[in-house]
Amino acid sequence: MNVMRRVLMLLLVGTVGLATALPAGAQTPGVTSTEIKIGNTNPYSGPASAYGTIGKALGAYFKKINDEGGINGRKINYITYDDSYAPPKTVEMVRRLVEQDQVALLFQTLGTPTNSAIHKYMNGKQVPHIFVATGATKWNDPKNFPWTMGWQPNYQIEGRIYAQYVLKNVKDAKVGILYQNDDYGKDYRKGFLDGLGEAAKRVVVLEQTYEVTDPTIDSQIVNLKNSGANVFFNVTIPKFAVQAIKKSHDIGWKPVHLLNNVSSSLGTTLKPAGLEASKGLITALYMKEVTDPQWKNDKAYLDWVAWMKKYYPEGALDDQANAYAYSVAATLVQALKQCGNDLSRQNIMKQAASLKNLELPMLLPGIKINTSATDFAPIEQEQLAKFNGEIWQVFGELIDASKK
Amino acid sequence: MDIFLQQVVSGIATGGIYASLALALVMIYQATDVVNFAQGEMAMFSTYLAWSMLNAGVPYWVTFFATVALAFLLGLVIERLVIRPVESAPILSIVIVTLGLLVIHNSIAGWIWSYIQKPFPSPFPSRPVHMGPIIVGAHDIGEISVTLIVLLLLFAFFRYTPVGLAMRAAAHNPVSSRLSGIRVSRMLMLGWGLAAAFGAVAGMMVAPIVTLEPNMMGGIQIYAFAAATLGGFTSPGGAVLGGIIVGVAENLVGTYVRFIGTELKLTVALAIIIIVLLVRPRGLFGRAVVRRV
Repeated sequence: MNVMRRVLMLLLVGTVGLATALPAGAQTPGVTSTEIKIGNTNPYSGPASAYGTIGKALGAYFKKINDEGGINGRKINYITYDDSYAPPKTVEMVRRLVEQDQVALLFQTLGTPTNSAIHKYMNGKQVPHIFVATGATKWNDPKNFPWTMGWQPNYQIEGRIYAQYVLKNVKDAKVGILYQNDDYGKDYRKGFLDGLGEAAKRVVVLEQTYEVTDPTIDSQIVNLKNSGANVFFNVTIPKFAVQAIKKSHDIGWKPVHLLNNVSSSLGTTLKPAGLEASKGLITALYMKEVTDPQWKNDKAYLDWVAWMKKYYPEGALDDQANAYAYSVAATLVQALKQCGNDLSRQNIMKQAASLKNLELPMLLPGIKINTSATDFAPIEQEQLAKFNGEIWQVFGELIDASKK
Repeated sequence: MDIFLQQVVSGIATGGIYASLALALVMIYQATDVVNFAQGEMAMFSTYLAWSMLNAGVPYWVTFFATVALAFLLGLVIERLVIRPVESAPILSIVIVTLGLLVIHNSIAGWIWSYIQKPFPSPFPSRPVHMGPIIVGAHDIGEISVTLIVLLLLFAFFRYTPVGLAMRAAAHNPVSSRLSGIRVSRMLMLGWGLAAAFGAVAGMMVAPIVTLEPNMMGGIQIYAFAAATLGGFTSPGGAVLGGIIVGVAENLVGTYVRFIGTELKLTVALAIIIIVLLVRPRGLFGRAVVRRV
């Protein structure tokens, strides 16, 4: 590991040397006086194609920006390729974007395994690889990977928030955990166990896992109930979250049910599981949930709907991913605006890392995006919410995970 | 003891899911001598048709039978347009065509209905049934009953109807069948139609449990293959029993065998396929296929 890092550092130093040797004023690839070229990969086919709508919605947002005159006079030329959520394909597509299409930067490439596969390449090439669409924790590592940045609150932060809630609010907590057996599930679990600290050994009574290929998780829920747990930390994607909520309701298990943000959508999770069975669920939110009736007269929500209808009419209005894309694209636009006329890759990275108190309409009120040279985690605030049978009711204060 | 029983019962319920799709696999194998890898995706597709009808306000049981009929037609059309041209090609070509069908159905469903999961209603009451300390979902009981009814129909069809017999004959020995006046192509077409219809029933029974989305049958199909292999591809009853054995086995192994735990449950299914193929290729109840070469 150490050797690897050293080799990588040497490579980095080498390329920095080369870059500075180039004549000053050499143009950034992909940037002209009228255009900024932006690259992206998304799963438009294959098992993760549900997320593909993000890539399309991003394009729709840039179309709106272009219709309004672009950014400092430059139109966005957005190129997105299908990687089917397969890391080797991501590598191929990203090399094409960087080397052939000559994009100025890579934005919102989707997926943890896919981004992991291009992490070193992007940093070796020194091409901005920003606001990636994954909640893994490793994107916030400016020291070793100064060209990569995440966007959404990471899974470990969220896991820690639930742990604090349990420690403060549940007497004699006995926790059962169900998590997906991959990086996503393990990241959540680690944050949660870290948050429990010393108490973890005493408090966690049973951990169960599942594979994405499992048809059902009934057996795991039966085991969790049998363990006597009174807290259920549910780290599952919507498909299994629906089953977990239904099954625990059916077999009469009524723990304090902590549901990860990944599955907090009313439309995709709670309604299919049954609103009655979903009553009392607790989650951590950072966005306005588009299927939650409390926002249906909110100006930000109505603006979003108007944008969807005009620029992305084939997109689903009950899909949170479309509001996610809308918000993250606005973040990039802000960073590029701040660049002014200096669209060198260094400056793009610098401005992405200089966002100050940026508030976005579809984020929960009060959530501010802040980045700095040492803080590559744009959104670090979340708020706990309880489902009351109709809406997610936020309670307590905004929790800022950057302040420990 | 309670936990053991609860795991067994929940395993039987999950096994019922595998069994229902395994029946469609057995049907197509019996009727055409081909394993159809697109069976699960065709079932998913039919379930979406049902969902659309329900959304349009059609009552459940009308939808149910209409979907079965539509799926039957869909099966006929697919056989006529896609399979017939490769009918006499080597088995591998046909298998690859079915893999193509798998991808096509999956993508078209995602394109038409999007990948967001949709709730699918169950015709059975939502209140769970208590049997002493054991709790079973009413839908689970209903689902298994429907699977058993389908099994009986299938059994009776192949055993007692002339068409069923003709179909089996056409699948196993096309040349002699044709000589004795059976219209082989028509039989194969009918086989695809019936398998698609049984698949539709499976889809509509599975969707309320796993929610409807284009990939809902992906994992289930692997287990259904394990079930059909274990019970025997030539035995409908064996396939159902195979499904239930797989369902119960994976739960018990996941619960009681520490080093397998919940992490290697899928491996259990795959191991079953391999072991059966090594030790008893025809499955527990299957007929050995003897061929003169």
